[in-house]
Amino acid sequence: MTQRAATEPMGADPRDHEALALEGITVRFGPVTALDGAHCTIRRGTVHAILGENGAGKTTLMRAAFGWLMPDAGTIRLHGAPVTFRTSAEAIAQGIGMVHQHFMLIPAMTVTENIALGGRGRFDAGTTAARITAVADGAGLPVDPVARVRDLAVSAQQRVEIVKALVRDARILILDEPTAVLTPDQATELLRWVRTFADAGGTVVLITHKLREAFAVADDLTVLRQGRTVLSAARALVTEAHLIEALTGAGVGPGGAGGPVPYHPMPTARVADAPEVDDPAPVLRLDGVRYVDPRGVTRLRAVDLAVYPGEILGVIGVEGSGPRELLRILAGRLTPTTGRVTRPDAVGFVPEDRLHDAVIPSFSLTENLVLADGGEARGWMDWSTWRTITRDLLATADVRAAGPDVPMATLSGGNQQRFVVGRERRRAVAALIVEHPTRGLDLTASARILADLRALGGNPRPAVVFHSADLDEVLSVATRVVACFEGRVREVSPPSDPTDRTPYTRAMTGSVETTAVSSGGTR
Amino acid sequence: MTEALLALWDGAFGSSYAIWSATLVRSAPLLWLGLGVALAFRAGVLNIGAEGQFLMGAIGATAMAQVVGRSVPGLVMIPLMALVGGVAGAGWAGIAAWLRQRFGVLEVISTIMLNFIALATIGWMVRGPLQEPTRIYPQSAEIPWSAQWPFLIPGQRLHLGFVLGLLACAIAWVVLTRTATGFRIRAVGASPSAATSAGQIDVGRTVMRVFLVSGACAGLAGAAEVGGVTWALYEGISPGYGYTAIAVALLARLHPGWIVVSAIFFGALEAGASAMQRDAGVPSVVVQVIVAVIILGVLAGSQRRTRVDALRVRAGSRR
Repeated sequence: MTQRAATEPMGADPRDHEALALEGITVRFGPVTALDGAHCTIRRGTVHAILGENGAGKTTLMRAAFGWLMPDAGTIRLHGAPVTFRTSAEAIAQGIGMVHQHFMLIPAMTVTENIALGGRGRFDAGTTAARITAVADGAGLPVDPVARVRDLAVSAQQRVEIVKALVRDARILILDEPTAVLTPDQATELLRWVRTFADAGGTVVLITHKLREAFAVADDLTVLRQGRTVLSAARALVTEAHLIEALTGAGVGPGGAGGPVPYHPMPTARVADAPEVDDPAPVLRLDGVRYVDPRGVTRLRAVDLAVYPGEILGVIGVEGSGPRELLRILAGRLTPTTGRVTRPDAVGFVPEDRLHDAVIPSFSLTENLVLADGGEARGWMDWSTWRTITRDLLATADVRAAGPDVPMATLSGGNQQRFVVGRERRRAVAALIVEHPTRGLDLTASARILADLRALGGNPRPAVVFHSADLDEVLSVATRVVACFEGRVREVSPPSDPTDRTPYTRAMTGSVETTAVSSGGTR
Repeated sequence: MTEALLALWDGAFGSSYAIWSATLVRSAPLLWLGLGVALAFRAGVLNIGAEGQFLMGAIGATAMAQVVGRSVPGLVMIPLMALVGGVAGAGWAGIAAWLRQRFGVLEVISTIMLNFIALATIGWMVRGPLQEPTRIYPQSAEIPWSAQWPFLIPGQRLHLGFVLGLLACAIAWVVLTRTATGFRIRAVGASPSAATSAGQIDVGRTVMRVFLVSGACAGLAGAAEVGGVTWALYEGISPGYGYTAIAVALLARLHPGWIVVSAIFFGALEAGASAMQRDAGVPSVVVQVIVAVIILGVLAGSQRRTRVDALRVRAGSRR
């Protein structure tokens, strides 16, 4: 499956020349390995999309190429010659420009001042502005050099960032999630510009998690998962199903070798275990739910969903297609723009960012247990009772801890997660919502958490809704699967062959009509 | 050097007068103010405006005492002064709390600015509405006898405000450790995101309330200072108590119990400083240098700890 773009037979095409090559890039942050021998080759005059879920290492890889951080291992070649960038200034001098996801502009300064920032010698606002206008107009990116950045719309600020790179003669442009801040129309326009820039001989690296974007504009694709390159190929050779497989790890092992690590003997939806769905009373119910996020992007459209007691509903879908909003609305952490939500008072919620949203690391385990009741608690706190309850929870949820009084920070990630699941389960007998249950956990801890989810019992059995970026995980735990695509939620009927993944990957890509849309993209 | 330190010690603890009429009298406002600052910091509210809230409390209590005058007995007058002082302080803090809630204005900046406005207000008060009848001195008339807070020990100047401050610290300690409200305050201060997401705690409301209570503590300190020590309002009524209170709270690591110890320590430094200047000829500003060094030391120590924690947390949540 893994194919190296550089080895594609491309004849005498000038795109045969590599602009930027990254090989065996490894980056560690303390104990965490962010990149583990990742590689990719970017050909001159092409648009190269770097895809991956949150935390896959996309941005880290490109920051290494931009000299923002020094990789612990690996080589970088620029136009065939090995280079080492100690600072991003060195990368800029070599014609690399990067537009970060969070813009690096000073709001109180004018466009001219921002672009001149970091330059040397005399600063003459007039000549700089003239040069900016010349470059910007030449590139088809209108900017007003005397405007203050804080007065500009986000899309205009982004143009300033790109012009800033172009003024410094960047021929390789790295754009980090450039469309995340744009409306759909603006995104289309930007991608069209990216295409033109590449057709004129420039090189663009597009970091994104949006498959359609990659398909619409890129010549080559590289997919990162957990710090490794799992797919790198010319777009023409890749289908959306391939991409989904690479992104979620379904079917494709790291680097094409090995295979998926089975979490369960039968990694398939356990339809046989599903309770009788004719149970008349769903625990959770959404009717015509629509959600528009604060930036005005519609995240969910007309969602109808019923979740029944005892079932484990797996939600699949690539980032941005709606799973996050769907789960948060079910958990009562997000209010839909329109539509009706029916849910019990207490719904357990295990958020994706454990240390930030689920626990307070400096608080004791007992205090973290009480935290879940924090909003409702009144009057005196009976700590000795809470301590006993915590001690019981440590036993039932099998959390390895020295006792109920130790700080949460002393627990390993797996134990913290089991604590959180146990805590939420204790409060919410009817429904439990779980986001990315294994994020940040090692293989053993992940397998245990998934086993815990499968084994969730009690009377009545809770309804569990969970989302994971890893299709195998979902299939190994869920009794029913729904897929999100562009804010719509559809149930996926299980295939007759339990090892067949195509119904799932197709549901995540919106199947046939999506393929049609992407092939008729902006090229 | 030794001479100076001896003078400092004598001024603070050398005699019963030094203890009961100097050190503890100066500790009284620091108890209330330090407690107010600590409560706010506990909830993640960086209230630097204790000084201004103190001054507004002093203005409120003085005005109350002058307006109601001799007609009311002390048993009614003193609680009324405390109430008005507390409300004035809470109101002053409320401006910053509202600005934070409504417009996201950083309270560090708004409370400091409000300190200057409070100082200017007191200057206007003692030259205008509250000036003494002869209109010569920039200060208020002495408050009526019924408004003067009782001394605790005959012949010593230690007043009721000190005992109330001790009581307040005890109550705060119980609230923080034993009640649901206190738990919410600590959770909001430690992690607003976890408090919101896991606890479904209304962070904005908790912050608002703690901000007001913090201001009320400072305002009450102002009322107690007028009622128990100065009996009149003038511009220099606070030698920077509101700023010293930040050091009191930080040195106590925001723990209400330790605030008692910390307030007495800083009260002793204040009392000893004037004695040191008088007896050993060492300028009292030296003590301010000591205070500043303590603040920096505590900040550096705690900063290092929290940064290490933050790094550890970040490393754990990566990927």
